[in-house]
Amino acid sequence: MSNHKVEVRDEIDELIEKNGFDDHFHDHHEGDKYQSGFIGKYIFSLDHKTISRQFLITGIIWAVVGAAMSIIFRLQLGFPESDMAWLKPLLGKWIVLNDAGVGSLSQEFYYALVTMHGTILVFFVLTAGLSGTFSNLLIPLQVGARDMASPLLNMMSYWFFFLAGLVLLASLFLSTGPFSGGWTAYPPLSALPQASSGSKGGMTLWIVSMTFFIVSQLLGGINYITTVLNLRTKGMSMWKMPLTMWAFLVTAILGVLSFPVLFSGVLLLLFDRSMGTSFYLSEIFVQGAALENVGGSPILYQHLFWFLGHPEVYIIILPAMGIVSEVMSVHARKPIFGYKAMVFSILAIAFLSFIVWAHHMFMAGVNPFISNFFVIFTLIIAVPSAVKVFNWIATLFGGNIRMSAPMLYCIGFVSFFISGGLTGIFLGNSALDIPLHDTYFVVAHFHIVMGVSAFFGMFAGIAHWYPKMFGRYLNETILKIHFWVTLIGAYCVFWPQHYLGIAGVPRRYYRFDNFDAFAGWADMNKFITIAAIMVFFVQVLWVFNFFYSIWRGREVTERNPWGANTLEWTTAIHPPHGNWPGKLPKVERWAYDYGKDGKDFIPQTTPYAEGEEVTH
Amino acid sequence: MTALAILGCILLVGLVVFQMARINEMIKRIKGEEAAAEQSTNTTAWALLAFVIVFLSAAIYSAYHYKNHMLGYGPLVPASEHGGYIDKLFNVTLLATGIVFVITHILLFYFAWKYRYKKGRKALYMPHDNKLEVIWTAAPAVVMAYLVINGLVVWNKVMQDVMPKEDHVEIEVTGMQFAWILRYPGLDGKLGARDFKKISATNDLGQDWHDPKNWDDFKPDEIVLPKGKKVRVRITSRDVLHSFYLPHFRVKMDAVPGLPTYFVFTPSMTTEEYKNNLKKYPEWNVPADPADPQGKKKWEAFTFELACAELCGDSHFAMRRAVRIVTPEQYDAWVKSQQSYYLANVRGKEDDPNLGKKLSIDAAVKQDSSAAKPAETPAEAPGDSTKTE
Repeated sequence: MSNHKVEVRDEIDELIEKNGFDDHFHDHHEGDKYQSGFIGKYIFSLDHKTISRQFLITGIIWAVVGAAMSIIFRLQLGFPESDMAWLKPLLGKWIVLNDAGVGSLSQEFYYALVTMHGTILVFFVLTAGLSGTFSNLLIPLQVGARDMASPLLNMMSYWFFFLAGLVLLASLFLSTGPFSGGWTAYPPLSALPQASSGSKGGMTLWIVSMTFFIVSQLLGGINYITTVLNLRTKGMSMWKMPLTMWAFLVTAILGVLSFPVLFSGVLLLLFDRSMGTSFYLSEIFVQGAALENVGGSPILYQHLFWFLGHPEVYIIILPAMGIVSEVMSVHARKPIFGYKAMVFSILAIAFLSFIVWAHHMFMAGVNPFISNFFVIFTLIIAVPSAVKVFNWIATLFGGNIRMSAPMLYCIGFVSFFISGGLTGIFLGNSALDIPLHDTYFVVAHFHIVMGVSAFFGMFAGIAHWYPKMFGRYLNETILKIHFWVTLIGAYCVFWPQHYLGIAGVPRRYYRFDNFDAFAGWADMNKFITIAAIMVFFVQVLWVFNFFYSIWRGREVTERNPWGANTLEWTTAIHPPHGNWPGKLPKVERWAYDYGKDGKDFIPQTTPYAEGEEVTH
Repeated sequence: MTALAILGCILLVGLVVFQMARINEMIKRIKGEEAAAEQSTNTTAWALLAFVIVFLSAAIYSAYHYKNHMLGYGPLVPASEHGGYIDKLFNVTLLATGIVFVITHILLFYFAWKYRYKKGRKALYMPHDNKLEVIWTAAPAVVMAYLVINGLVVWNKVMQDVMPKEDHVEIEVTGMQFAWILRYPGLDGKLGARDFKKISATNDLGQDWHDPKNWDDFKPDEIVLPKGKKVRVRITSRDVLHSFYLPHFRVKMDAVPGLPTYFVFTPSMTTEEYKNNLKKYPEWNVPADPADPQGKKKWEAFTFELACAELCGDSHFAMRRAVRIVTPEQYDAWVKSQQSYYLANVRGKEDDPNLGKKLSIDAAVKQDSSAAKPAETPAEAPGDSTKTE
């Protein structure tokens, strides 16, 4: 990244010099030798900005892998009679040929793909790739800190994530295959190697991968929380923080409290698999033998899994919400509507997210009485979510909206969040879950809300902060093409799945034609598959644009290209280690003074003028 | 080879699009940021407006177009007494969420179009409005409360187990990789005891043949139930999680090894009545097998089905049993005609733990030898047999 231009000092620099907080950072001369080699700068970097790029690039690579897997199994679902033998050179024994030489996915491989797709996208892409990237990039910059509280733990959080990925990648090449029991990994299927080939070595590697991943999340989360609480610069009170900070802080708290419970769940699973314990197993006869295990319950696992599993989906969506609030405000030239209400909504969602987990278990065989409480809290959580949607719409009202790619992605985010969130209201009502549980209605719901909405939040964030990350712009035309094709294409893929679900078609079915009740949807499945293929290819185009622009994108020439108020835009175009060359900026006001008193934007470092009304 | 060629073409198209995008960016810079931005802003804003109109129309139209394929609409009426309550709750929820869906989408895209960037326009500095926040917090809360109350009334009614002395039919369904084992209690109305350690080639449920309640239990190939009588299905699993799922009856409950679960429902239509209702719809009057235009129509070939709804391994999608609802008289006749599994397969053979002993069931058989042969129940549709892998 060349940087021939000498950056001109402007009033921001004057303000920081005059009012800023002097923490004597640059009196330490280790800065001269700091991370000077290639390895220290790009590989084992301690700098949060580099670590954020590592999370992002790793997340993007996994997203392509996970999406490609979905295309393969969608080919099976859309065109079950078609010959897939052309994939044999790539997939070898996973493509089985019938007597006529027509190839199709082996059943166990179909289930392995579905499982890997879920695991990769939920954990590696939407958790690590989303909060790992943006928490790392923005927390120190937006709170006015030099780096994270512990740069070493921060670096380790990336490398544990990398290791988790390597282990899961290795499981794809086992002869018995990767784990194939669904990303939820319910025992006894996941506990019994004799119940499925994917439950052999592949399951052990899945557990190891998850363990490393959980370590990564905890290391990262502790850092984010500590940095936000302790390292805010002078003047940055909690109520002056941008909404991204609130979202990432609360997300980190959710993670730190819930990931250990998943760890306990998979640890007990490991014990059941390898040490003869019976936490989840009782009265089982499989492959011709009665097992010794008595007294356990598979439902215990479900409680432990979903105690993380539910907060996990909020860990995914909250950062996206924070990003959208920030980006929408900047590009509409208007304050985010209802900042305090937005903060309280984030807090309410976070609190409630801990007491709704068993809505994933309404049909699991739990005492129906308990389900009453989970219905109540689940439908309550719809309220703060609705409040946030109304606030985003109100942010657009009366704005002067730039139709830039970041803003388009924000609008897409809100649309998909409305669509996906509303179907949650059906599923959260236990009586309606009787016909809808484990059908395509559920698949439609979570894909729209996580697989599309959260992704749009991520796209908005990447498009908005790419100049800060790489000192270059992405090609705006490609972003717009990508936006439109994904918006329309994703609705084409997932909207019809509601109809399949209401018709009763179950999820995780390799084929539908064993049942008269489910057999009439062949044309619809073809339509969905074709739409999915188009959406996939436009993602490839986007990925190409992402990497191409790192080296050949238009160079950023001004420090604050979007005219935003937050502190990251007061740093140099290529911020050095320590982010600000001299003093740390002092914060005078909140982040959302756009269009106030006739001024287009007022950075957070600008003191209040004589007689200016303090609106917040 | 063809696949590679197609992939190559797609890549070429991608390259073309990419280059055109680069050219477009250059054109924008030549035109000048402002002029280019204004044109692009207007195009995009109008496109957003067009999108919401097309999207909402397509959503509503497609729902209407496919409604007769969805449970609870058109021909697919519920076949159980509680099904109607669930379908009604679904419609209430659909109305509430549908209204919100349409209004929020219209506002979202309309505001995006109306307030698109115009040079010189000043955005409204309106950071909050607490009265509005209260209104749009209270309104969803009220709607949610309504849905919760209605939902929980239905839930508690549906999930209520039978009372101790309540008249009902009890059957047992056991999931295994990859089939359902069906067990009926026989004339004593009681299911016998089981022990998984006793499972063997001739005893796939591990029934304890010392327990007299087991001696008259029978294991049919299909589920047959009487219309209008409460049924309690005892649901278990032999190996991994499965789920007992009857879509037309709005019945679903996981089968958990080591933990028997249950579902109580009352069939409200016989298979014949259901078929006669299907007959009224044109899409059900087409040949069931397109290759056999003179054969049965789709409504004639209809049968209720049991499916598995919890991933249980590689053949999860193939666990099927047929389900048939008959009149109470036909049901009684069918039960009487069924052979006890114990008597037909175990009694007097080497696995029989009661060899040499005299059992009450032997006496009963001698008295009732006319029941030895299975009677043909009317209206048994062909194609009812299990389609398992």
